[in-house]
Amino acid sequence: MEKQNIQEPVPFQFNQKIKKWLLIAAGIGLLALLWGILITQAPASRIWANLWMNALMFLFLGLGALFFWTVNSLGESTWQINFQRVLEAMALTIPFAGLFLILAFPGMGSIFEWTHTEHHDEILSEKSAYLNIPFWMVRFAIYFIAWSFFAFYLRKISVKNDFEPRETYLKKTRSTSGWFMVFFAVSSSMAAWDWLMSIDAHWFSTLYGWYIFSGMFVSALSVIIIITVAFKKFNILPNVNREHLHDLGKFLFGFSIFWAYLWISQFLLIWYANIPEETIYYITRKEHFNDLFYLNVGINFLFPFLALMTRNAKRQTTYLAIIALVVLLGHYLDLYLAIFPGAVGHEAASIGLLEIGLPFFYLAAFLTIFFVVFGKAKPVPQNHPYLIESSSYENI
Amino acid sequence: MSSIVYGHFTDELDLLDAVKELQEKGIKIADVRTPFPVHGLDTALNLRRSRLPKVAFIAGAVGGTLGMLFQIWVFTVGWPLNIGGKPQLAIPSFIPVAFELTVLFAAFAMGIAFLLRSNLGPGQIPDILDEDVTNDHFQVILSEKNNQVTEPELIEALKAAGALDVKHVNSTK
Repeated sequence: MEKQNIQEPVPFQFNQKIKKWLLIAAGIGLLALLWGILITQAPASRIWANLWMNALMFLFLGLGALFFWTVNSLGESTWQINFQRVLEAMALTIPFAGLFLILAFPGMGSIFEWTHTEHHDEILSEKSAYLNIPFWMVRFAIYFIAWSFFAFYLRKISVKNDFEPRETYLKKTRSTSGWFMVFFAVSSSMAAWDWLMSIDAHWFSTLYGWYIFSGMFVSALSVIIIITVAFKKFNILPNVNREHLHDLGKFLFGFSIFWAYLWISQFLLIWYANIPEETIYYITRKEHFNDLFYLNVGINFLFPFLALMTRNAKRQTTYLAIIALVVLLGHYLDLYLAIFPGAVGHEAASIGLLEIGLPFFYLAAFLTIFFVVFGKAKPVPQNHPYLIESSSYENI
Repeated sequence: MSSIVYGHFTDELDLLDAVKELQEKGIKIADVRTPFPVHGLDTALNLRRSRLPKVAFIAGAVGGTLGMLFQIWVFTVGWPLNIGGKPQLAIPSFIPVAFELTVLFAAFAMGIAFLLRSNLGPGQIPDILDEDVTNDHFQVILSEKNNQVTEPELIEALKAAGALDVKHVNSTK
């Protein structure tokens, strides 16, 4: 079969042209931040919430990619091998996401109401056994140490296999992925409580962790699709073909529906039960962010549902990348709606130059780390036993 | 009365190679029967894509719409009930039922359409030439009617492509 001919990739070069564009993007982001502080004179809570939101989105891309990588390794799937280095490089951004989150720590007081113990809030003091700053910091450290460890260890094995292939690496990858999955199942939910749900500390929802996880996975998938399509265009990943993108498109389609399923499950039960302590979350969003509230469902569910339904839609590479970009912006909006109504409040929250410009800085940082890591190894895993199968499979 | 020639393969890759070899010789393949879906066979045989997704979409859309309209009718016109002081037209609470009906209609329509289209409905006798095809053999079927060559030549071609158990049957179809 001609498809089995594995083509030699064009080596990736992190050249001056890319660096220049990344510098411009980072500059735009910093200018937007300065604009927000000096000219708009945005309240401190809005600045900190912006830093928090962007750092979290930065983390979601890396963590989602690590999840996608390990879930495929755990299932011993073969199709992802051709673009696995993209997942690896994305996953290695996790420690930097930790640093960006730490950058926003000075603003904890304005983001998280529960950090103010002096107000003697009855509900919050009952929750203080879990929601207190030292324990919160310990959990933060545990999540990041563990996630980074798994990402670095798996990457180490993967790169080692390029030079001295061993059969045991496949088994090691699989078992490590299993342990990661066990840890991730708990930590992803708990991190969502710690970093997002505790913004509205009086409110709680039992499926919130899953809701955030689904949004995270869809965001990461969008970026995986965009990067893979771009690398395919530049022949850095020449063996990625329509079949891979078709399957990535199916993932994007399916998990957009999964996100909507969790969204409606959370909304429906709270709406139906109509208990004030629960409905407060939606009342703040519906009263002051009504348009964005509906736009969120439209852009993250109806749009990908209709746009990706047909087979051809998933196999048109450019079209798929554009859809992925729109969905990524949609999940930015979802994160905005999760953070801003609680952390900033409707009087101070708005979408201005700060919200639009600052993500460019984080995008540039993400891509810089991604490109540096990606450039350190071959674009396609060498000597991988599943490589041929990954290059020749077809969707039925 | 025309005759049918068929041969068996025990490996899917051998089957794909044989299909290509036969096609290069200009022999038209009437059908290929396999115990499980073989990647790349559909494109090799130039089969038209299945229309099952369209059936699923139409049936799902009908099911979802009917489910929504029925609930709207029941709760506003047919039998309005006061449930916990909720508005009569409580759209969010209709979504789960409408969703389930979408899935139900789509699943049943796909199942029924598939059974009808592949002659597997109740009371129909499946047209199996050889029982091995239901176990571990891949069967290539050639029909004398489609090809310009004679039956012995078809048998030769199949054997040359590496087929085992080459047999011929007279068919009335």
